[in-house]
Amino acid sequence: MITEFIQFSLTPILIGILAGISCAVPGNFLILKRQALIGDAISHVVLPGIVVAFIFTGVISTIPMLLGAAGAALVAVMLIEIIKRLGKIEPGAAMGVVFTGMFALGVLILEQTDTSKVHLDVEHALMGNLESLIWLKAQGWQSLFDLDVLKTLPDELFRIIFVCGFILFLTVIFWRWLKIVTFDEEYARTIGIHSSIINFSLVIITAIAAVAAFESVGSIIVIAMFICPPAAARLMTNKLGIQVIWSIVFAILAAIFGYIIAGYGPLWFGSENSVSAAGMIAVVSGIILLLTCMYGPCRESVGQKKD
Amino acid sequence: MSNTTNRPKITPSKSALKIDGLTVSYGDKTAIFSVDANFPIASMSAIIGPNGAGKSTLLKAVIGVQPKLSGQIHIFDNPIENNLKKIAYVPQRVSVDWDFPTNVIDVVQMGLYRQVGLLGRMKGKQASIAMECLDRVGMADLWQKQIGQLSGGQQQRVFLARALAQDAEIYLLDEPFSGVDAATERAIIDVLKSLKSKNKSIIAVHHDLATVRDYFDYVLMINIKNIAEGLINETFTNENLQSAYGGKLELTHAEELSATKDRVTE
Amino acid sequence: MNTFVQAMLFQAGYNVALVTVGAILLGIASGSAGTFLFLRKRALVSDAIAHATLPGVGVAFIIMIWLGGDGRSLLGLLFGSAITALIGLFLIEWIPRRTRLPEDAAIGSVLGVFFGAGIVLLTVIQTMSSGRQAGLESFLLGSTAGMLFQDAVVIAIGGFLSILGIWIARRPLTIVAFDKDYAISMGYDIRKIDLLMMGLVLGVTVIGMKLVGLILIVAMLIIPAVTARFWSNHTDEVVVIAGFLGGLSGYIGAVLSASAPSLPTGPIIVLIAIVLFALSLFLAPNSGVFSTFIKHRKTKSYIHRRQGLLTIAKGKDVVSSFTRKLLASEGLSGSDGLTDKGRKLVTKILIDENRWIAAKEIYPDKDMNIDYGIKPIEETLTKEELIKLDQYIKSHKFKSITYDY
Repeated sequence: MITEFIQFSLTPILIGILAGISCAVPGNFLILKRQALIGDAISHVVLPGIVVAFIFTGVISTIPMLLGAAGAALVAVMLIEIIKRLGKIEPGAAMGVVFTGMFALGVLILEQTDTSKVHLDVEHALMGNLESLIWLKAQGWQSLFDLDVLKTLPDELFRIIFVCGFILFLTVIFWRWLKIVTFDEEYARTIGIHSSIINFSLVIITAIAAVAAFESVGSIIVIAMFICPPAAARLMTNKLGIQVIWSIVFAILAAIFGYIIAGYGPLWFGSENSVSAAGMIAVVSGIILLLTCMYGPCRESVGQKKD
Repeated sequence: MSNTTNRPKITPSKSALKIDGLTVSYGDKTAIFSVDANFPIASMSAIIGPNGAGKSTLLKAVIGVQPKLSGQIHIFDNPIENNLKKIAYVPQRVSVDWDFPTNVIDVVQMGLYRQVGLLGRMKGKQASIAMECLDRVGMADLWQKQIGQLSGGQQQRVFLARALAQDAEIYLLDEPFSGVDAATERAIIDVLKSLKSKNKSIIAVHHDLATVRDYFDYVLMINIKNIAEGLINETFTNENLQSAYGGKLELTHAEELSATKDRVTE
Repeated sequence: MNTFVQAMLFQAGYNVALVTVGAILLGIASGSAGTFLFLRKRALVSDAIAHATLPGVGVAFIIMIWLGGDGRSLLGLLFGSAITALIGLFLIEWIPRRTRLPEDAAIGSVLGVFFGAGIVLLTVIQTMSSGRQAGLESFLLGSTAGMLFQDAVVIAIGGFLSILGIWIARRPLTIVAFDKDYAISMGYDIRKIDLLMMGLVLGVTVIGMKLVGLILIVAMLIIPAVTARFWSNHTDEVVVIAGFLGGLSGYIGAVLSASAPSLPTGPIIVLIAIVLFALSLFLAPNSGVFSTFIKHRKTKSYIHRRQGLLTIAKGKDVVSSFTRKLLASEGLSGSDGLTDKGRKLVTKILIDENRWIAAKEIYPDKDMNIDYGIKPIEETLTKEELIKLDQYIKSHKFKSITYDY
């Protein structure tokens, strides 16, 4: 029983947790800056990124795919900024134009290539394949201390550990800057903080989180993790630091319960097959948000919102 | 006829903030056009003009938030670029989201960020500076309060306390008295006057013509371009007001304003 | 090429013709419905609505199977998708009203969570009975390949009904999009009209799902509206132009797609719309990038030239290096001051400057400052006003500025 859990469930849950945290932490600032949907835009352009990477390299492998996705995210962010500035178009519409356009391009190129393997990867990129990230060599808890066995852990886990650590590290280091730029951008400039650099870095971090998370949890469900845990956290507290901690807690809860319900829930109903874990994690994060919307201690607005 | 190239620049007279030919446009509409100004040291200066005259734009262009089409800005006769730290800016209250998850003392401590740097700890000294600044604006009791729960006047005082924490030489305030209660207005003006007595320079965008004479000793009147500039007694005249506000100001009202030269500040 | 021309003329088979008509109608409907959304600054609500349709498709399929059907009836699936999209829409409205969360957070969470639920249901369906789930994924990316005749009819009729609905509701929608406060003052119930707008968007989304896919229908709602904004400043014109651009994209896209085997309809339509957008962004005569850039350069040079010359004429130094370079490059000033050409221009500028000053005196109620110094006064005043102005300047009441230059 325990061995089975460690083989089949431990790594997916860990990856789900780390991917959730990687998205939720920058999500706090995006929500406060009224830019929650930038995560949405970035998640959509992951698809064209993968497809273009395949066209260029001709092989299906992780690193080019990740680079392609990251490149597409960068291109999208820049295009949004350019269209916003040059065309004087409101951010939401500019985002809508860019990500749907790039998505369409991705689908079109995809249809031109006949490799079914790419199609499979696109489906994974959209919907995730958390369930397949298993650790077969594990024999029990003792495997956690066996270097040789640890080496057989899926690569995705190592990548997401690195990304999650990187994001947490940057958040701690740049905490003050993030806070003041999020709260009062103009003032931040007068005390010598380059708001535009901080803003751009935040978007880049968002892109990194989205790209790192998509390969395991799927790109579209990444959006739920960018927004639901921090939004729910906002309704729990009035202090930014505590809000970020709550968002991490919610991300962890969503990952654990989502995975367990997806894997074991159908058994309770007499079905033998499990359902999409990534999808269920998104659903659980939504239920958490709904509960905080109804019962969160700080759910009501106290100050006048900025127009 | 003048030689435009090889002549030494004219040295501006010693002033806190000097603006030359500042022009800012939004698209093809001019917000401010070739405005000159020369705000003296250790005095309280008001920037006045009708709505849409470009008062806030002027401040924003000075601190570099709003890009300028042309113009030079000097602080104590040095280009502003490397001297921003001598300025403390108090933005309009409505420019931020008051539902932000933070409390009063946190906001005031933002004024110390430049001093403590990115990771430097807020030590006892900094904490006491922040409290002291809050005390100066009469808000020490509310230091733990969530910012959204403050009244408009209290929010303005928190912003002022944050600027005080910066310990700057020049204070730029954007409509500090807009939408605040009488007690707050009194408290703010007291703080500003004490700053002036410490040789600090105060420059405020101001909208209440009735109090210009009581509060300020220097005035810049603009309506997109310069209208008048100088000491209150010489500049805050009926004629200039008419020129700045045009048909927007009732003639009788203007006369009344400029006639109250010897009104006593209570 | 032959197929292309045939498709263009609706001669490439009954189904192709029907799909083309459907695409045109859908394009018109989405373009015009999307405009109201865009003008109310809520473009991305459509994204959430679109994603919230997915669980409805799944639930409808499962229910239809339980009831003994084959689960693939397009009408049934569309009905189900409309139900969940409606729930999503309600949440988007409810969350910002009841909590402190802003609308974009509500949009994002509904989008992600509903899509997640949809994916969960799709995996449930996959395991239900093999082979029967055929085609539900086509709602993600859209597909006209193998579309049934009656599906095409559903799309064409649905598109037509949406256009009809927009036509009927155009007045209240336009007023609210143009000026919300004014609409309130006229007694319109904003919430109801917004709901009506959302309802129309929802209808278009549901109808378009099969044709272009739920992700790309968002593009059909946003891109034509944004594009049309470059061509007009009047709400009603923008709606019509957006409808036209949407219909055009739909037409060209459907025709191209019919004439080549590997060109899926949805992406092609969207990419056509993107091309139209890009052309407008750069080339639109008034608000396009090129014309804005040129205008900005012209204004900047005009201001610097004018101020620089006046400064020199006054006998002062020009501080700005940009101004100095500009004057030198245009041959207006040299190393020893103004050139002849410069002097001539100063004379002209001084006339303009005096006219501005005089205008302020005789037209005190006119807001002259907005244009002062950035365009010649002739462009602000009428001929009659100008004549009156010059007479005033010649009279003794006005003191002209003169410089010795």
